[in-house]
Amino acid sequence: MTLASMARKHEPRTVKLDPDGKPARTSAMIASLDAEGYDTVAAPFGHALVAAAREDERIVGLSADLAKYTDLHVFAQAMPERFYQMGMAEALLMSAAAGLAREGFMPFATTYAVFASRRAYDFIAMQIAEENLPVRIICALPGLTTGYGPSHQATEDLAIFRGLPNMTIVDPCCADDVAGMVAAMAAHDGPAYARLPRGRVPKVLTRWKPDYRFELGRAQLIRDGRDALVIATGFMTMRALDAAERLAADGVDMGVLHVPTIKPLDVATILAEAGRGGRLVVTAENHTVVGGLGEAVAAALLTNGVAPTFRMIGLPDEFLEAGALPTLHDMYGLTVEKFAERIKGWL
Amino acid sequence: MTAHDRPHATANVSLARRAWNIRRTALRMGAVQGQGYIGQALGIADVLAAAYFHALEYRPEDPEWEGRDRFLLSIGHYAIALYAALMEAGILPEEELDTYGMDDSRMPMSGMASYTPGMEITGGSLGHGLGVAVGMALGLKRKKNPAFVYNLMSDGELGEGSTWEAAMGAAHHRLDNLVCLIDFNNQQADGPSTEMLCAEPLKEKWEAFGWRCQRVDGNDLPAVAAALDAARAATEPKPRAIIFDTRMCKGVPFLEDREIMHFVRVEADEWAKALAVLEEGRPE
Repeated sequence: MTLASMARKHEPRTVKLDPDGKPARTSAMIASLDAEGYDTVAAPFGHALVAAAREDERIVGLSADLAKYTDLHVFAQAMPERFYQMGMAEALLMSAAAGLAREGFMPFATTYAVFASRRAYDFIAMQIAEENLPVRIICALPGLTTGYGPSHQATEDLAIFRGLPNMTIVDPCCADDVAGMVAAMAAHDGPAYARLPRGRVPKVLTRWKPDYRFELGRAQLIRDGRDALVIATGFMTMRALDAAERLAADGVDMGVLHVPTIKPLDVATILAEAGRGGRLVVTAENHTVVGGLGEAVAAALLTNGVAPTFRMIGLPDEFLEAGALPTLHDMYGLTVEKFAERIKGWL
Repeated sequence: MTAHDRPHATANVSLARRAWNIRRTALRMGAVQGQGYIGQALGIADVLAAAYFHALEYRPEDPEWEGRDRFLLSIGHYAIALYAALMEAGILPEEELDTYGMDDSRMPMSGMASYTPGMEITGGSLGHGLGVAVGMALGLKRKKNPAFVYNLMSDGELGEGSTWEAAMGAAHHRLDNLVCLIDFNNQQADGPSTEMLCAEPLKEKWEAFGWRCQRVDGNDLPAVAAALDAARAATEPKPRAIIFDTRMCKGVPFLEDREIMHFVRVEADEWAKALAVLEEGRPE
């Protein structure tokens, strides 16, 4: 019996070919983001953690067989006696991190966002969040940053962790945010979850706002604009800033409010900016439109009586396709072109 | 360690009497609410008596003393048993006994770290304790603290994959400061554990996972104490497991004989009867 939901695998498909007859693109696991025009930094998380650990004896690092893929190898090489390889065992990773925190340490535990949010959730909820322990859960491959399909695409991690009391949630845009975030987390008390851009990571925010400094719990206006305000998080802030340049050429003036901390949400700044000037307000996130930044902002606006024209850019409520990342970003509207088109369509 | 430092281990009170006191306190708490996991509490009382009055280092007046051995209750619903042991140990005041399970009590029905002095972790979501114990044992080694971590878990928790992740992790990291105590009463929510998801041959399993493992009658106090001693005295760089075969409701024969169930039903008038029956077996 073929289930209706499985029927598509029996349908023939045509792979696009280049003029020379070769397949046009290949699915890529380690596809760096399309971040044209930005300087990049190698493994900003690993280097920032080493710097923080030199100042703070409590910091230890743990990974579940993904140190090399979460930039934690930099820390493991610099401070091998402070690194714990827990093996491919995410329940153990989170439980052991909780145990180390109970003994006075500050564990930074890394894996992929899908595994932390789906496989290890109960251990994070009961042993880390309920106990309010200073464990930092740092996760690569957030949202649509891999072409491997739903097994690796953490499109609902923010929704999962937003429901968890005590948990601070950060979705950094770029290398500037990552460096600032690590320092801020070392000074923070409770548990925290962060989405991690890894490998060669662009420096975006300081290019647009040279004095930009990440602050935990604070949203910051990176660019002002009269016609529309984008409230963005993660790498969608980079897309918003690039789209704003493109739109400016077409006479559209779009502001960008960057919200790297999803929880606790900087409601005061969001209300102040969204309530100013009768602009179109659009949220943008690398996450399903269910339960992420968009709905958090919508709730904040509605419960506070601020009611601009409001739209959301995010991933659809679907399991996404596998494929090459640029193809998928185009398909799901995460490219600069698609971003700008949608804003124009709404104005 | 001098006798002066360990009054709980050297007081002139037999382990049998300690276990009996734990059973009586647990029954009195069960009577307060008219319910509770009394079958498990009566079954594990001997292990808790040997742990708290023979094996563990702690200071009753300072439950968070850095040098204490950590005792983790992975099985949150055994809280009634641990509260009784903590009262016997002087960590919890006995006057609070009547508040068990009530609003604003420090003793909720399922054990939570944030409520109760001496409760190291929040158990109850089963299969969590051993992983946390691994982290604490790693942390103690980092601090060069010679204390031990004891994790008390149930046979039902052997069905959780996380237990075996932690078992592998403990052996991999050569955690010779970790002792896992397994209460094998062969009862879980839906029936006998061996019929739900059979973990046998259990001793061989722990050994295959790289642990030093003993299996003893958990209601034979001298055997329990000797096993705890052996676990502590062992010199191999391995974590240690002790499987305790215990009998639900031990010490109250009419409950022992009842059709054994995970949640033993005790009628309103039977709590007093159970206490009276226990009284008949009061040791010196």
